[in-house]
Amino acid sequence: MKTSDHSGYQGSAIKKLGSVLFISAVLAYLYAPIAVLVVNSFNSSKYGHSWRGFTWKWYEKLLNNGNLMDAFWHSLTIGLLAATLATMLGTFMAYALYRYKFALKKATSGLLFVVMMSPDIVLAITFLVIFMALGIHLGFWSLLIAHLTFCLPFVVITVYARLNGFDGNLIEAARDLGASETRTFFSVVVPMSMPAIISGWLLSFTLSLDDVIVSSFVTGPGYEILPIRVFSMVRVGVSPEVNALATGLLIFSVALVVLAQLILKKGKSQ
Amino acid sequence: MAETLMKFRRVSLKFDTQEVLAGFNLEIKDGEFFTLLGPSGCGKTTVLRLIAGFEQADEGEILLDGKNIADLPAEKRPINTVFQSYALFPHLTVAENVAFGLKMSGTEKSDIRQRVHEALDMVQLAEFANRKPSQLSGGQKQRVAIARAVVNRPRLLLLDESLSALDYKLRQQMQIELKRIQRKLGITFVYVTHDQEEALSMSDRILVMNHGQAQQVGAPRDIYESPVNEFVARFIGEINVFDAIVEQPLSEVRSDTRNNQSLRYQVRFALNDCLREITSDITLNVGDKIKVLLRPEDLRVEYLEDAPERPGFVGEVLERNYKGKTLDSLIQLANGQTILTSEFFNEDDPDFDYQINQKVWIDWVHGWEHVIKASDMQADGTDADLINSPEVAG
Repeated sequence: MKTSDHSGYQGSAIKKLGSVLFISAVLAYLYAPIAVLVVNSFNSSKYGHSWRGFTWKWYEKLLNNGNLMDAFWHSLTIGLLAATLATMLGTFMAYALYRYKFALKKATSGLLFVVMMSPDIVLAITFLVIFMALGIHLGFWSLLIAHLTFCLPFVVITVYARLNGFDGNLIEAARDLGASETRTFFSVVVPMSMPAIISGWLLSFTLSLDDVIVSSFVTGPGYEILPIRVFSMVRVGVSPEVNALATGLLIFSVALVVLAQLILKKGKSQ
Repeated sequence: MAETLMKFRRVSLKFDTQEVLAGFNLEIKDGEFFTLLGPSGCGKTTVLRLIAGFEQADEGEILLDGKNIADLPAEKRPINTVFQSYALFPHLTVAENVAFGLKMSGTEKSDIRQRVHEALDMVQLAEFANRKPSQLSGGQKQRVAIARAVVNRPRLLLLDESLSALDYKLRQQMQIELKRIQRKLGITFVYVTHDQEEALSMSDRILVMNHGQAQQVGAPRDIYESPVNEFVARFIGEINVFDAIVEQPLSEVRSDTRNNQSLRYQVRFALNDCLREITSDITLNVGDKIKVLLRPEDLRVEYLEDAPERPGFVGEVLERNYKGKTLDSLIQLANGQTILTSEFFNEDDPDFDYQINQKVWIDWVHGWEHVIKASDMQADGTDADLINSPEVAG
């Protein structure tokens, strides 16, 4: 008995080692490129082929690069506005789809998927054609409208899925207990959908922040945003400033995700 | 009893083209425990939703204290609901759930705290006030849902199959609990269920429904002992049905335990073509086709060799089920009809039992039979109007 137990233990130890190795390989595959980028942002060598010592100079250069910083603030503005507007509109829309019966309800939700699934390039051309036809100047407004449009379906679908997961009687229970339609929405529907609303917002913000294709069609030289600026910079070779910028963005997104997790956790434990 | 609290006057409702209720009438008295009983799809939940205000009637009046509330939205009605799924708000604590209705009505904060505490005390959940619904068991959620509804002191409390999700033991406990709460608060309860046992044990009055029609309304005992038609008879517990034709009236008049005068008739049973005497609450004419209804516990069974010297039916035991308190047997009669009997164990013969295929003699306790006319036999209850028109008989 004892020996067989022992060999069984050994077998499981080998198995355990195997799975640890496997997971390490997967993690390395996923994160090695990011690690290289972060390390290179502190590398004195301009080309990054070898380590030439630690430096902050690329970060300094980045902060002094007015064009790049402008593009960054533009991106942030558009991202925050588009994500917030899309989240508000999308939440209302998801609730309407969930709660009410109306003509073209099926068509409405189907069309959301069309927007979500269509290739960026198709959307980009569509927007360009419309803005041209309507004579809308390419810049801030055209960019905001376009970003709002492609973010919206993601919010609607995320929130709608959450609403569908609810006990259908919850809204009736709120009405039954004396809450008007509006109060039901704000004191029951919104708090209960909060996790979905937050993830919808985060998704929208990320989508907006790293969109290149649609943005490059619908913005003009007057309102340049980060991805496009970076894209044009790297065409002539990767500058270490871009490494520094990417590292900054990385920290920013990780912080956002952590913040969202904290908010959700706090909401749950309350 | 008390005054009428709620009344439906010829209420009709259609879902798309399907008629759910047509000219439906209902009367609920103040302070009673009223049960809507029927199979699924009979419209009982729709009636409840109409009372709550979740559905709008196409036609008819819904009166509360004599005032038509048909156009009043759910949030403006002094009526609260305990949902089958409990429908507790997952983002709020137990206390916040219970406080929700009071908050909506703008009750003062100190008053809210006081009343929430009382309500939670009543359902014995005071120490769970700060938990989230997800941290409660099914029975506890149930009690929170009840507290959340009664804390608003509604005129009417609606309970939609509220106990069906609980296990047997807990359900029995909650039945007693509900009765206690109802008695204590004096609130009118309207309970919806498809469980006839639950309905019988809890209600002051029961309305039996089928296909959107009221079949019978009355005290549990009346419904069980004097069903007006075969649907009600069969839906409320097990019942054996025998066809017969009235041969002649007998002069003798009998009084039962509750002093109801009943009439005696000689009738010919289709089974064995034999003549028997029966007691009926309704007046019968010679030649009327009738159904004699007998509950399993109304039947008496003897081993064939011990059979008394009086007429009885002979049958063969198909199945015997030991139920603890009773021995329930399925017996096939000569004409192929199967009947169910239920016998209590008694001290004279504590271990009686039957063999499968054993021949037995069967009779019933005379006077316990219930008679309805064959024309009333709407097993599906589609034509309840016939119940009140004896002319159609025959």
